[in-house]
This record gives sequence, structure tokens and C-alpha cells, in this order.
Amino acid sequence: MSETQSTYNYKVVRQFAVMTVIWGIVGMLVGVIIAAQLVWPDLNFGQYLHFGRLRPLHTNAVIFAFGGSALFATSYYVVQRTCHTRIFSDGLAAFTFWGWQLVIVLAAITLPLGFTSGKEYAELEWPIDILITVVWVAYAIVFFGTIAKRKVTHIYVANWFYGGFILAVALLHVVNSAAIPVSLTKSYSAYAGVQDAMVQWWYGHNAVGFFLTAGFLGMMYYFVPKQAGRPVYSYRLSVVHFWALIFTYMWAGPHHLHYTALPDWAQSVGMLFSLILLAPSWGGMINGVMTLSGAWHKLRDDPILKFLITSLSFYGMSTFEGPMMAIKTVNALSHYTDWTIGHVHSGALGWVAMISIGSIYYLLPRLYGKSEMFSIKLITVHFWVSTIGVVLYIASMWIAGVMQGLMWRAVNLDGTLTYSFVESVKASYPFWAIRFLGGFLFLFGMLIMAYNMVKTITSGRSVDDARVVLVPAAHHA
Amino acid sequence: MDINNLRAIVTVVSLLAFLGIVWWAYGVKGNKKRFEEAAMLPFADEEADLAELGLDRKGQRKAS
Repeated sequence: MSETQSTYNYKVVRQFAVMTVIWGIVGMLVGVIIAAQLVWPDLNFGQYLHFGRLRPLHTNAVIFAFGGSALFATSYYVVQRTCHTRIFSDGLAAFTFWGWQLVIVLAAITLPLGFTSGKEYAELEWPIDILITVVWVAYAIVFFGTIAKRKVTHIYVANWFYGGFILAVALLHVVNSAAIPVSLTKSYSAYAGVQDAMVQWWYGHNAVGFFLTAGFLGMMYYFVPKQAGRPVYSYRLSVVHFWALIFTYMWAGPHHLHYTALPDWAQSVGMLFSLILLAPSWGGMINGVMTLSGAWHKLRDDPILKFLITSLSFYGMSTFEGPMMAIKTVNALSHYTDWTIGHVHSGALGWVAMISIGSIYYLLPRLYGKSEMFSIKLITVHFWVSTIGVVLYIASMWIAGVMQGLMWRAVNLDGTLTYSFVESVKASYPFWAIRFLGGFLFLFGMLIMAYNMVKTITSGRSVDDARVVLVPAAHHA
Repeated sequence: MDINNLRAIVTVVSLLAFLGIVWWAYGVKGNKKRFEEAAMLPFADEEADLAELGLDRKGQRKAS
């Protein structure tokens, strides 16, 4: 087939896009269930479905199943469209889809059964870790293979972010998952003591920095300009944004280990780099938001843009809050409280989920040959339901978190603790109930999206004939 | 050489590399045009956009 007649591979994009919505519902449903378990402890049924087993299932499902599928879908779409070429290998791309789904299913089986390596966000046991590595290498080959055969000179900035995300996650996963197996379902970390903790949080924070940030910034740099109909505010800023993130994120991990056995100087380095991170984070956010400069009116009646731009506002909020919480004295109050949970969800629901939802709403009609989603009105409803949900969630967690921190540190004149731990639990109940409501609203929004998606798909057709566009002479390599 | 010297050198080299990138992005005149070109990449394939949305070249809905 000559290049003029070649088409883009939308099949794999469609598969991942649909699974994004489905895994989003599953992962958030588990989140709502464990939120309910905190309010009504009687909901902890048996050994497989109690909070301790379901909580890692929730985090893995929303980060790797929902977020991961969104990243696969959008990166495969963006890299093809901005490189003006079909994906590198259809077979390998299909392998990444089925391989990733298998990883998710295995996680959903093994975590409730209690097979865990005990590392946060890296709980899966070694056979699944190996499968993840194989799928990830295939992903890298497909992605960078597509970039290598591009028909244009430049590598668009979104692809830089996706590429950085793929490489960094490979490095993080392999190093942190290094373990010595003692049986098929049990292994011990290759590191010991405080080194193990440092490796874990080097991984943990960079999972936030590269999986949950760099990849989704790739989405921002493609879908915000496309939906706004104008190029990104400053391409030069985006170049500096990319490299500033790469140079600083790797060193911020120790802020997860303030006041632990980690050497004090390492804690201070982590705090310092976390504070420096504010600059590139806000640079990127401003770059995204200012893309709308001169076209603000579009925000009024385009719910997809509302999702995209609101996600950037939450990104700005949580990347301001993060560095503040990394300051040791602030951390002394916030650590181990619900403030952390609130911070995570302001990033995860407000930023990661909302930019994914906006991008998937952009993609779905295009993958099914429709000029728009089945109902624009329902997108607007989804936007408001989920925004109210996030606000309820994070506001209640802030109040609960600060209250817990203050109660735990309060001492009487004679030096004894003013409150017992359980008193802080009791005081948290109303806020946990509000958090449950906020999470439920967000989940409800995803159900609205699923309905809208099904209606769009059933009245559409699978687009497999979007031709690779011949590039103008100026862009030729 | 003490390993700490090497660590210090790597830190300084990294900082210089980053400052070099900032200069490359903002200071080099010739780069302005190539960045503007790159920024337009998402809009260089309008035909595929129209095909996806089931529209013809004039933006009209295809009869199908």
C-alpha cells in the first residue's frame, strides 16, 4: 500500500478509549465502596472484601486501568496524527491492549486474595510485574517506532511528554519491582530497610510525576489546542516546561519520608526539589490555560473545553498544595492525615480524571464517525456533577486532615496527649460521609458518560478509513 | 577521586545543561521559526479531522 492510501490505526485507540470509561467506573466504584466502609464499618465483608484488600485494588484500578488506558488511547492517537503516519506495528499495538487488560484482570483477582508485595502503587506480585515489563517494552517499541517513521521534521511536544512518561515508568517499574521470589505468589524486595523505603518513594513520587503528570501533560498539549482551535500559547515555554520537569521530578521523592529514618539531608533535598517543582508545574498550567487567550468565550458553551481547562485549574491547585505540604514543618501537621488523601484526589480527580474525560469526549465521536457526542447537554451535566463531587471530596478531606493533625499533636500541660486516636476517628465521621457523597457524585458522572458513549457508538460507525495526511512540502523531513 | 566530587560535578553539569536548554529555546533566533512550525503540527491534517467527523471537504455532512 502506498503512503497516500494508508490509514491511521484507530482500532487500538477505540479499544483503549472505551476501556478507559469502563475501568474508570470499576475503579471509582471500588473507591466509593471503601469510602462507605469508613463511614459504615459493617460493610467490611469477610477477608477478601475488607478495606485493606480493596484499597490497593482501588488505587491500581484508577491509576493503571483507568489512567493507563486513557494514556494508551490518547498517545496512540496523538503520535499517529502528529507524525502523519500509521502506527509502527498493528500487531504489537494489539498486544499492548490485550496484555494490559490481562494485567488489570490479574490485579483484580490477586489483590483481594491478598497477594501483595506491600509497596504502595506497586503491590502486584512478581509474575505480574514481569508481564507489565513485557507489555511496557512493546508499548515503547510501538510509540518510538511510530516517531521514528514520522513524515514530518518536528516531534510535536505532546510526544515528548508521552515519550518521557514511557521511558521513566519503565525505569521506575524495573528498579522498584526488583525482588527475590520465594514462590509464585510471594517475593521479598531486593532492598532492605531505609534504602527500600527510599527506592519505594523514589518510585512512588515519580509514578505521580511521570505516570500521572507527564503523560497527561501530553494530552494537554494536544487536546487543549485542538479543542480550542488555536496553537499552544508558547511552544518555547513548552520546551522549557518539559526539561524542567525531567530535571527536577526525580529528586522530590524523599518528601514522602519526612521525620523517618531517612537521613535528614536527604529529606531536605526532597523538600527543596519539591518547592522548585512549583515553577515548571505552574509554567505548564499557564501555558495550557493561556492557549485560550482571546477565545475565552468558547469556554462558555463548550463542555469539553470546560473539562480540559478546569482540569488545569486543579492541576495548578494541587501542584501548589504539593510543594507546600513537602515543607517539613507543614508536613509535620499534614502527614498521615486525610489532608494527604484530599491532596491526592485534587490531583487524581480534578486533574488526571478531568483531562482524560475531556480528551475521551473529544476522541469518541471521531473514532465512531460522528460530528459530536450523542448529547452535548449530558457532557455539561457530567461536568457539573463531577466538579461538585471533587469540591466536596477535597474540602471535606482538608477539614478532616487538619483537624486530625491538630488533635494528634495536642498535649496537656503535663505533657500527656489531649485526645486518644479513636477520638480523632469519631470526629472524622461527618467528613468521611461528605467524602463518600463527593466520590459517589464523581462516579455518577462516569455513568452518565458511559450512557452517552454507548448512545454515540450505537448510532455511529467504526472509523478505519481516516487517511494519513500528505504533508505540505515545508514540513517534509 | 572522591565519589562526592563526581556527584557535585554531575549536579553542576545538569544545571548548565538545563540553562543551555533555556537559552536554546529562548535565546537562539533561528529557533523561533521552527518552534512556530512545530506548534502548528496538530492543525496540519485537517482532512483526517473532517473524515473522522463524517464531513466532506467543505465541512458538510456526508450523505451516507
